[in-house]
Formats: sequence, structure tokens, C-alpha cells
Amino acid sequence: MDTQTGPSRAEASSPGTGSPEFIKAVPVRHPGRWVAAGVLLVFAAMFAHMLVTNEAFNWPFMVENMFSEPVLLGVRTTLVLTLLAMLIGVVVGIAVAVMRLSGNPVLAGVGWLYTWFFRAVPRLVLCVLFGNLGVLYNRIDLGLPFDHYWAPLLGLESARFYSFDTRDLLTPFVAALLALALSEGAYMAEIVRAGLQSVDPGQTEAAQALGMRRSTVLRRITLPQALRVIVPPTGNEATAMLKDTSLVAYVPLTTELWFQLQAIGNRTYDPFPMLVAACLWYLAITSVFMVGQYLLERSFARGDRRAGAGLRLLRVQARN
Amino acid sequence: MVAENIPEADDRMVVADNIHKHYGRLHVLRGVDLEVRRGEVCCVIGPSGSGKSTFLRCVNHLEKISAGRLWVNGQLMGYREKNGRLYELRESEVAAQRRDIGMVFQRFNLFPHMSVLANVTEAPVQVKRMPRAEAREIAMGLLERVGLADKAGAYPEQLSGGQQQRVAIARALAMNPSLMLFDEPTSALDPELVGEVLDVMRDLAEGGMTMIVVTHEMGFAREVGDTLVFMDGGVVVERGAPRDVLDSPQHERTRAFLSKVL
Ligand SMILES: Nc1ncnc2c1ncn2[C@@H]1O[C@H](COP(=O)(O)OP(=O)(O)OP(=O)(O)O)[C@@H](O)[C@H]1O
Ligand SMILES: [Mg+2]
Repeated sequence: MDTQTGPSRAEASSPGTGSPEFIKAVPVRHPGRWVAAGVLLVFAAMFAHMLVTNEAFNWPFMVENMFSEPVLLGVRTTLVLTLLAMLIGVVVGIAVAVMRLSGNPVLAGVGWLYTWFFRAVPRLVLCVLFGNLGVLYNRIDLGLPFDHYWAPLLGLESARFYSFDTRDLLTPFVAALLALALSEGAYMAEIVRAGLQSVDPGQTEAAQALGMRRSTVLRRITLPQALRVIVPPTGNEATAMLKDTSLVAYVPLTTELWFQLQAIGNRTYDPFPMLVAACLWYLAITSVFMVGQYLLERSFARGDRRAGAGLRLLRVQARN
Repeated sequence: MVAENIPEADDRMVVADNIHKHYGRLHVLRGVDLEVRRGEVCCVIGPSGSGKSTFLRCVNHLEKISAGRLWVNGQLMGYREKNGRLYELRESEVAAQRRDIGMVFQRFNLFPHMSVLANVTEAPVQVKRMPRAEAREIAMGLLERVGLADKAGAYPEQLSGGQQQRVAIARALAMNPSLMLFDEPTSALDPELVGEVLDVMRDLAEGGMTMIVVTHEMGFAREVGDTLVFMDGGVVVERGAPRDVLDSPQHERTRAFLSKVL
């Protein structure tokens, strides 16, 4: 086809010229960027200057206490609490999500009720509540229900086999863990439910057509595929949980990081450096979490097309 | 009478007796009667929305029927009949009934998180508790049969549509079914990939497999099918040898449909 405009065919593809010359043009200038960078630089310098010269920071005092033994123990408690609460939260979340999707109206109702309650009540309130559960029952007995009504009729004193003191069972740590984990379970349930619902229903059908039972379908087919959707928000939940461990001082569980730092601040009448230390600790731990989350997500999203996106981590290799 | 109709040990693989299916107030199947003999290849054609997929999904009880009775291999699907009453089977019993029936879907539905080999070995290992080594051997034999032994380690997303559908067929065959259901197995494929899947199905038919095939491939229906069923409006309008139905349809609705698709 002949065209009037533009270079003629012979010229464009004349033999011997090879590929055309690379374009060397003067790029558009962006003076605004330089101005913005300059202004920010001045602010940064002012901030740094303040950090160094303002006495309120009292850096040597902060560093000395930031790594003191009670604070390090606090870090440990906070980490243990975060990990355990997330672990239980994930397990509870999966269970509640499966209940809600089970098609069994009783289980679905219980699952809904659970989610409703634990999402409605603030974690702070839950912490205080679980710390005071001893008021409700000062002993926890194992046995048959309502025995004080019917046991005397059978000539028995009671139908209880074993009994605990609530304070032995519900230590501040357990109360704190329960408050955080059960609340987390409600949020995880919603995340898991969204994940399970994101899996193509055709997967369930294909698995059922092969004769798999619902539990097998869940374990082998839908849950592994749902993880792609479940993992990223779970990382966020873990970060949020780390910060919410600061609430357990209200249980009261006082060995945790925030309370320890605050205690030092109060004791020395110099609270501000300890606030900074708290920021730094939470920043540091959160950063570690974020790196973990990033690595996890990256391995889930690596160069896959839509259907199988990011499942490399979970792929089932047929073993010999 | 239904009660006398129970096909215990005769040569009928599928007996559908007056099947009805409602979705809420939508009456999709309106009395489907169909018999498929052992070794028969029964092709089902019909306009979109006529209930072909719904019927197929009723056969392996992926859908509950609202009325009628359905037997596969002498077993009443989904229920136990005792003293004139129907008792729903438990979930595990329904699952056990399905093991004997393979199904191939329009959109393949391979498990994307598993390799081709794992897709094929999954059900024998998880459902039949077959040792892995044995399942693997059977799977490799089946992949050989569908021409994909060299793709055993690949993942579904790395395969073409035709290859995926052949893996799906191998996956269904791994349970050693006595009946295979195909729901438009080539409709989602590029035209040049249809042939390879039909070849595998033809092979299977020649091997004596009982098959119900919902399809728009009239050539396949004519060549491979033993019977051809035309469905419209939730009933079987016409049933006969493919040649007869295609060349000299008896019903006006069949004629109208064929004039559009041929
Ligand atoms: N799960 C469902 N809920 C409600 N209606 C449904 C459902 N599945 C199918 N239907 C309806 O039932 C009718 C029959 O659907 P079916 O899929 O069996 O048709 P088909 O003959 O397979 O059509 P096609 O050739 O398009 O696949 C359609 O009107 C459809 O909208
Ligand atoms: Mg269909």
C-alpha cells in the first residue's frame, strides 16, 4: 500500500542502515521537584537538630533503659502474646468461617453470633472483662450440668468430677491471651470467609464429582487456594495485634512492653524518653513483621497468571 | 410404576425416571425420561437453557432432583428407599456414589495449586486411600493415554486449553469410573484444539466406556454417538440413532434447532 505522508517504504527499511539511531532528546525539566526536595531537606535538618539538642529526649537515659532487663522481658511477653494470639486467632477464624459457610443453620448461627460479639466489644473492654472473669465463677467444675437440682434426688452430693480455682486457671497471661485471641478469631473468620468465597465454585464441584467429602474438599482444595487471599490481610492483623498487646496492662498483665517502659518513665519522673523508646521498639518489631509479610506475599504472587496466581508456596507435589 | 422399575442387574447404566428440577419457582427439568445402556455413548444436544447441564449434574447428584427417580449402576442416587419412603443419604454415602461417576466440565476445573500428576493422583489417594506409588503409576498410564506424559510435572496454567481438558479427563478416569459425564467439554476451546480432546473421547468410547456427552459437536455425535437425545424446555423431545435424528428429525422443535446449528 502506498502512503503519501511519512517516509517512503524504501527509505524506512533501506538495507544497510540496520536499526535506527536511539533517540537522544533533552528531557522535560521538573523544577518543582527540586524545590520540594529542598524544602523537605530544610525541615529534615531542623528535625534532626531538635533531636540532638533538645534536652527532653535525654538519649543516654533512654538507651540505657530501653535495653534494661524488665523491658527486654516485656518485649518477649509482647512477642509471645502476639504470636500465640494470632495462632489461636487463625485456628478459631478458620473454624468459625467454616461454620458460617457450612449450610448447617445451627453452626452458621453460632458462627455469626461469635463474630458479632467479638467484633462489637472493644479489645480494651475484653481485656478488663477477661481479667475479671473470676468474679463470675470463682471455681470451675467439670461435671454434669444442673446437678444441684437433680443430684440430691439420686442421693448424691454432686455430680462434679474435678474442680479448679479460677485464679489458677485464668492467670493474667491466659486472660490476656484469651481476650486478644478470641477477638482476633472474629476478624480472622471474616478474612477466611472472604478467602474461601473467592475460590471458584467449580473447584468444589470438580472435587465433589471425584467423590471427595466436604472436609476433604476444604482441606485439600479450597483452603489452600483461599490462602492467597487470606495471607496478606493476616499480615496486617499480626501488626495490629502487636500494637494491641499494649492493652493487656488493663487485665492486668504488667510484664508487657508498654507497661514496663511507662513504669520506668513514671518512676524516674522522665516519661518522654520512654515514650520514644516505645515508638522505637514497636517500629522495629513491626518492620521485622513487614519484611516477613513482604517475603510471604512475594512468593504468593510470583509470575503467575490469574487462576493459579501465587500458589507456588502451597503447591502440592506428587510424592514418589 | 416406579417401584417395579428398579434396574438391579440389567444392562442399563443410567435410568432417569420422570426427573423434575426446580430452582425456586423456576421449573428447569419438567419430566426427563432417559435410559443409557452399558457401553452406550449418549450425546445430548439442545438449545441454551434447555436444562442439559442441569440434567447432567442431577445424574451425579451435584444437584438434588425435586421429583422422579434416578438410578446409576443399579443404585438410587442420593436416597435410600425403604418401605415406600425415601431417606436422604448421608454426605459420605453420596460421595461414595459419586466415585463411580467421572465428570468433565466445560471450564476444566483443574486444581491450579497442584501439578498435573497431583491433579490425577489426588482423588485416588484422598478418596480411595490408594498408596501413592500405585496412584502415581496409574496416573502416568492415563497421562500416557491422553498424550501428556511429558507434562506430568507442569501446572495447569502452563497448559493449553486442550491439554488441560485432556488432564481433566485423565483425572476423572483415575477413579476408574463406570460412567463418564461430559458437559460441553470442547466449548471453551479454540477451534484448533477441539480435535485433540474429541480424539481422546473417541478412544474412550471405543474402549467401551459408558458416556453421556452434552455437546455442540454434531460431527462427533454422528460418528461416535450410539444415541442422540434432543432436549428442549426441560424435556427429552426426541431420542434415536444420531443419523436418524440429525437427518430426519421427527419433531418440529428438533428441526428448528438443527436448522440453526447445522
Ligand atoms: N443454580 C441455578 N440457580 C438458578 N437457576 C439455574 C441454576 N442453574 C441453572 N439455572 C437455570 O436453569 C436453566 C437451565 O440451565 P442449564 O445450565 O441446565 O442449561 P443448558 O441446557 O446446559 O444450557 P447451555 O447450553 O447454555 O449450557 C437456565 O434457565 C438457567 O438459568
Ligand atoms: Mg450447559
